[in-house]
Amino acid sequence: MSTQRTAQAAGLAALAAAAIVFPLVFTNPVVTNYGVFTLIFVVAASAWNVFSGFSGYISLGQAVFFGSGAYALGIAARDWHVSGDAVFALLPACAAVGALIAVPFGLVALRVRRHTFIVITIAVFFIFQLMAYNFSFTGGSTGLSSPFLNWHADTYNNPFYYITLACAVGMIGLAWLIRRSRFGLQLRAIRDDEDRARGLGVRAMRVKLAAFALSGAVTALIGGVWFYYLTQVQPSTGFDPLFDLSIVLMAFLGGFGTIAGPVVGALIIEPGQLYLTAHFTNGYYSEILLGALFLLVVLFVPRGIIPTGGEWITALRTRGRPAVTPATAPPPPAAAPPQAAPSPPTTAPPASRSPSTPGGSR
Amino acid sequence: MSALLRTDGVTKSFGGVQALSGATIEVDEGTVAGLIGPNGSGKTTLFNVITGYGRADAGEVYFGDRAITNAAPDRVFALGIGRTFQLTRIFARLTVLENMLVATQHKGRPRNLLARTSRGHWVQQRRRAMDLLEFVGIAGHAGVGAGTLSYGQRKLLELAYVLVADPAVILLDEPAGGVNPSLINHISDRIRELNKSGKTFLIVEHNMEFVMGLCSRITVLDSGSATASGPPDIIRTDKRVLDAYLGEDVEDDDDIPG
Ligand SMILES: Nc1ncnc2c1ncn2[C@@H]1O[C@H](COP(=O)(O)OP(=O)(O)O)[C@@H](O)[C@H]1O
Ligand SMILES: [Mg+2]
Repeated sequence: MSTQRTAQAAGLAALAAAAIVFPLVFTNPVVTNYGVFTLIFVVAASAWNVFSGFSGYISLGQAVFFGSGAYALGIAARDWHVSGDAVFALLPACAAVGALIAVPFGLVALRVRRHTFIVITIAVFFIFQLMAYNFSFTGGSTGLSSPFLNWHADTYNNPFYYITLACAVGMIGLAWLIRRSRFGLQLRAIRDDEDRARGLGVRAMRVKLAAFALSGAVTALIGGVWFYYLTQVQPSTGFDPLFDLSIVLMAFLGGFGTIAGPVVGALIIEPGQLYLTAHFTNGYYSEILLGALFLLVVLFVPRGIIPTGGEWITALRTRGRPAVTPATAPPPPAAAPPQAAPSPPTTAPPASRSPSTPGGSR
Repeated sequence: MSALLRTDGVTKSFGGVQALSGATIEVDEGTVAGLIGPNGSGKTTLFNVITGYGRADAGEVYFGDRAITNAAPDRVFALGIGRTFQLTRIFARLTVLENMLVATQHKGRPRNLLARTSRGHWVQQRRRAMDLLEFVGIAGHAGVGAGTLSYGQRKLLELAYVLVADPAVILLDEPAGGVNPSLINHISDRIRELNKSGKTFLIVEHNMEFVMGLCSRITVLDSGSATASGPPDIIRTDKRVLDAYLGEDVEDDDDIPG
């Protein structure tokens, strides 16, 4: 067990080191650009997963947050005349905007059951895109441009790379903490049987809403980073249906509801998509492939790479050994005839037995 | 003795089906009460109304002196009424121990933020969860996915995770249904022990031996209203009960091994 822990820790440390030195080794901006986009999707897919993956409520409206974060940053920078590096100080405001949108959005959408929820998130998504097209403060169909950053072109990507890396590490850490917490347990209980969870005291609406707001906040924050990186946002890019399709596919490919799943999925899909878009002038190739990949994943690895791969590894390791069989019913305590002298009254629950004492049923 | 749980004239219909028509029952504090009646007589529906899983069209539910009619399930549970389901509803994708921890939240949680976030409280909750698993006899399965448990073990897990929050009243919907006979004795022993430590029970069950052996008072539900109520010996011989229920149902009370 502890060697496995050590191996895991070493693996993570190596991964972190590789991520940190990446832009120093690959200095070509074309390559670091891949890095930035991939990390943006690592964050967005993980944020999606903390709500949708844990609770089982599939949101196809995360672009609402992503675009709103981008627009919030653009509008704030424009109207408050913020420029230069100071714009990065506005990122927490992007997160706040995401959370503020998520609360009323969630209060409406989370009232209904799962299938209807998906439809409502799509509807809200289109409402936001339409608003971006039609309001004057959003710049209509031309959108918004970010204030100019006076950075050297050769290393322009690097600060963005490290900002997105920090966001990714933060998001993965957050997902890990949530997964281990009571909050995460309640979300997963909701995913299995929401009504039952309510009957065990779980305040389902609050729990779902908190996760939705958290997910929205992080998505909006990374939307703000994305906008500043690209220097512009239009209704069709900020509120892009493909964004939702991509993050959902990433999470499904890697492993729905796991910590590593969305990360692995983003690491595979986003560079692939960027490559295809760059090498085929017909942008729809990558979209068709994305759709095809979605089908393949749903058909062949519905639970994702991480859980399925984990099972294969376990199967290899335990080959030849008997699997853990569910034990049979616990042996009944010597069946006392009804009305006979009761067995010494164990107070229920017994106060201090060692948790490691095997139960009566192995 | 005062009634800890009471329904007063609860009525509920589903479209044209009158599931409950003025159901009035009482459960005294510290007792094990039984609720029997033929299939479709409204027993589960009454449980649903009490625990917030269904709304009453009319009538009231009281917990002690407090009217809790149509309170939401999480609220009913927080007040101290736990229940199990006729068809067990465990969280199949959580481990057995995680199932236990779903219910650990409100009570006994330290006010102090530092103490709350410290691991001490969580560790204590886990220990309590393990103790309860041991009490029902499935502690050996704590780490496995709850979906792999046998039917009888699921029944035990449902009983155990309801106990985590230490409810005053526990409603069991057919705890022996579909469970193999050796496990049935085990379950009734657990109930007896819990009752001795002060827990109040209301049990719906078709297995007459089980009900008669455990309950000090039995209410008979027929077509959505209580037609008789009394100690087992009286109920056993009540003509209306024999007509409405015992003659018909006791025979086919077979137990599918879990
Ligand atoms: N959700 C529901 N929708 C429609 N009819 C229902 C529903 N639940 C119960 N019923 C009907 O209400 C009556 C009482 O059912 P139930 O409470 O399950 O009885 P019991 O538990 O005593 O067998 C039955 O006629 C049943 O068909
Ligand atoms: Mg029933």
